[in-house]
Amino acid sequence: MASRPIAPPPRPLSPHLTIWKWRVHMAVSIVHRVTGHALAFGAVVIFAWWLAALASGPTYYRLFQDIVFSPLGVLVGFGLTWAMFQHMGSGIRHFIMDSGEGFDLATSRRMAMLTFVFSVLATLAFWAFVLLGRGY
Amino acid sequence: MGNGTQIGRVRGLGAGGGAVVHHWWLQRVTAVASLFLVLWFVFSLARLPSLDYASTVMWLRQPLVAVPMCLLVVSVFWHFRLGVQVMLEDYLHGSKRVIAMLALNFYTFALAALALFSVLKVALSAG
Repeated sequence: MASRPIAPPPRPLSPHLTIWKWRVHMAVSIVHRVTGHALAFGAVVIFAWWLAALASGPTYYRLFQDIVFSPLGVLVGFGLTWAMFQHMGSGIRHFIMDSGEGFDLATSRRMAMLTFVFSVLATLAFWAFVLLGRGY
Repeated sequence: MGNGTQIGRVRGLGAGGGAVVHHWWLQRVTAVASLFLVLWFVFSLARLPSLDYASTVMWLRQPLVAVPMCLLVVSVFWHFRLGVQVMLEDYLHGSKRVIAMLALNFYTFALAALALFSVLKVALSAG
């Protein structure tokens, strides 16, 4: 009967997150994943809850409104709006890179920066439109 | 199980048997669909005169709102399920990954069912 081989000692791992100087391309890549998961487990729950509250009637919808339109709820909404625009921007960056374009250093850096500029401006513009346009 | 033929590897149909390409492609298809549907959704919502119960129900009841909303649920939920799967495959291994994938599938399907049923209930109820 063959004896079970002894597991080799764990191999040293590359300190891949700590050894590199942070650059905007790295930031936009990890932020794409983080915002995607914030949307998948934050925005999606609020979205489904909103639809379920609408289908359940005015009493349940009132509860939803009280929580989501509270100051804390609006703050979370603001953050998730930014996550949405950031994920959208870096997603469009991925489409461009999928086509094989934008891999030279200058363009790559500019596109990565642009996703952050876009997401911040779009979030501010969106909330200005919502808050000023409706007069809450 | 081997590594496939050389031509199969060239076509990207190696160990994944084409599933990897399919995953990658569906991620892009649902990304494009979600891009348009989410933009439609947030700007429609922002342009509604009020978000109170009556006006939101009135809005959601329209066929040209209820149908895109159902499409949005399918596209966005499919897209995030694929994305979270990639994350789980990166960070979890063995039985932990299996349990996490099960949980992800339950989470996605349960919330998608709730969302779709809710849209249909509002859209199809007599008003």
